[in-house]
Amino acid sequence: MTLLYGVNKVKVTLFITCIVDMFQADVGKATVEVLERLGCEIEFPMGQVCCGQPAYNSGYVEESKDAMKKMIATFEHAEVVVTPSGSCATMFKEYQHIFHDDPVWRPRAEKLASKTYELTEFIVDVLKVEDVGAKLNGVATYHPSCHMTRLLGVKDAPMTLLKNVKGLKFEPLPNAHNCCGFGGTFSVKMGNISKQMVDEKVDSAEMSGADFLIGADGGCLMNIGGRIERRGKPIRVLHIAEVLNSR
Amino acid sequence: MAMKIGEGKFKDNVNENMQDTFMRGAVAGAQERLRTRRLDAAEELGNWEEWRSHGEEIRKHVLDNLDYYLHELTENVQKRGGHVFFAETAEDANAYVREVVNSKNGKKIVKAKSMVTEEIGLNQILEEEGCEVIETDLGEYILQLDEHDPPSHIVTPALHKNKEQIRDVFAKKLDYKLTSKPEELALHAREKLRQEFLTADIGITGCNFAVAESGSISLVTNEGNARLVSALPKTQITVMGMERIVPTFEELDVLVSLLTRSAVGQKLTSYITALSGPRQEGDADGPEEFHLVIVDNGRSKILGTEFQSVLQCIRCAACINVCPVYRHIGGHSYNSIYPGPIGAVLTPLLGGYDDFKDLPYASTLCAACTDACPVKIPLHELLHKHRQVIVEKEGRAPISEKLAMKAFGLGAASNPIYGAGSKMASAMMKPFTKNDRISNGPGPLKAWTEIREFPAPNKERFRDWFKDHEKGGSGQ
Repeated sequence: MTLLYGVNKVKVTLFITCIVDMFQADVGKATVEVLERLGCEIEFPMGQVCCGQPAYNSGYVEESKDAMKKMIATFEHAEVVVTPSGSCATMFKEYQHIFHDDPVWRPRAEKLASKTYELTEFIVDVLKVEDVGAKLNGVATYHPSCHMTRLLGVKDAPMTLLKNVKGLKFEPLPNAHNCCGFGGTFSVKMGNISKQMVDEKVDSAEMSGADFLIGADGGCLMNIGGRIERRGKPIRVLHIAEVLNSR
Repeated sequence: MAMKIGEGKFKDNVNENMQDTFMRGAVAGAQERLRTRRLDAAEELGNWEEWRSHGEEIRKHVLDNLDYYLHELTENVQKRGGHVFFAETAEDANAYVREVVNSKNGKKIVKAKSMVTEEIGLNQILEEEGCEVIETDLGEYILQLDEHDPPSHIVTPALHKNKEQIRDVFAKKLDYKLTSKPEELALHAREKLRQEFLTADIGITGCNFAVAESGSISLVTNEGNARLVSALPKTQITVMGMERIVPTFEELDVLVSLLTRSAVGQKLTSYITALSGPRQEGDADGPEEFHLVIVDNGRSKILGTEFQSVLQCIRCAACINVCPVYRHIGGHSYNSIYPGPIGAVLTPLLGGYDDFKDLPYASTLCAACTDACPVKIPLHELLHKHRQVIVEKEGRAPISEKLAMKAFGLGAASNPIYGAGSKMASAMMKPFTKNDRISNGPGPLKAWTEIREFPAPNKERFRDWFKDHEKGGSGQ
């Protein structure tokens, strides 16, 4: 595979995530449009389902394995897999450990892990693009999601891209490193604690003075955005793909 | 009081403690201070990741060869005239200490801070024997005076109290008449405690690490109280968890460097002491008699299991200081003297799922704990392992959840079910939807929408749009 921007089209197989598929179609559209503008050819396997994370994280490892196998089988033909979610990308990389003792699925999972990228990581590290030519006027703050920064290790790519968005000013998010309180089923199982956590995140966003709260994970944004709406705060929650697709 | 500090349900504890705005402010402030100091101290040391790996390697090596090092430690303590007792249970440990205290006709006991003596509930046993037991770590002293309020943090046990509350406790219990200035409070405690040190019969300490090659125990403090506990009374008893061993002073150096930086962001604490048994000929001070009580109390059952890495813990509390859940609920919610991520992993292992099965769920698996741990315990993975054990081995999950997850497993793995479900979702949710939002969701959405809006499922799913887009349709 040649990954030369502008010379050969890079064939990207899109793992859109179930949240984006069902609830955040605009994020999916933005992801496709940004990648196409950067010279990628997008393939979307219709066989894709959920990565299994909600059940897996709740301790239902066996129950979630069928979904994982389905995803491995659906994506293993890909040259590269790109997903607009740090958490779901982390899950794809986790499969190889989950199937550690399975002689059939482990090698297949390892192969999938080696070619899976989170969207911003793919743009910066693989396509070697730092300015996607986006434009958005306003003040923004960024919430670094936990799985993306700590488990996937993608820390700098989002800000590298965001700093080059014309018209966008940045204010730091106080205690940005603290989790927003989503945590999958935690958000309902421990709703009382989750509420306090997301409230602190919303308060921090408000304190930053930003018009936009930007993140790179649908789950976190659904949590923070849902609380912002409930509290009627004038902050717009945006997925980074939507920002990068603003012209 | 032993490891379990309350009878309340986890959820009730959380709801009650979250009302305590002072506690929450104190915890949030302390977390931010301690986190910043830790990061600065790590940066100042340099190559922090290498230090962590080295620390992990040492701890793993000791756990893999624990029988060998326990033997070496025991032999070397005995060589220097110390007594060693291996206690399989908390009861065994308490009975041994009680016997030693009684044989010395001990009435007054001074103690340095020790989590393992909290875990086995030693103070209560000695008090029932008619002994006066005095905690000499300032935080522990305050809690003891305040009707034995349990610790809420493993390094700074009185983190949940402010100086006004402490002044009130001193006024009530110590006839204190001054202000709530920390200096005045500390000075008063110091004067009171000095008398206790001078008149105590027995000193009891914990042990940060025991050094196998020399039979030494090390104590890391900022107040110096552990030195007085171990220097003045004629008899010293040290209680340690069986896993807290280092092979030699070289490894002690590495682990203390990680410990003080991770716990309080200091290069070194004011006092780091290594004591090797009772007073030897020619020594100016030190106890005449030295007893080392090595406590198992469930630890050996963790060895060799998928949870073994939790025994790498050096009790620095770095995980607690970054935990966004602990931040809001405080230490007492956990019902255990071991709170936060380390407590949520360790407590169910030592105390069982009957009392502590909620703790592994008190986490978003955000991995801040794993990131902060100076000896690389994969804490969030261990929390997840607990969930798996609770669901799959113990079968303790609620039926409704099991059914929901079963349905999820089927639905997520099947294209027809996923396809139909995701396509129908928008229509099904229509009665609950207003302005593309669901504010009062049915069934499983109820818990979500009690707190936040839920987005209405898209009428046109992404995949439907993409089909058009591929054909050069709507998206182009």
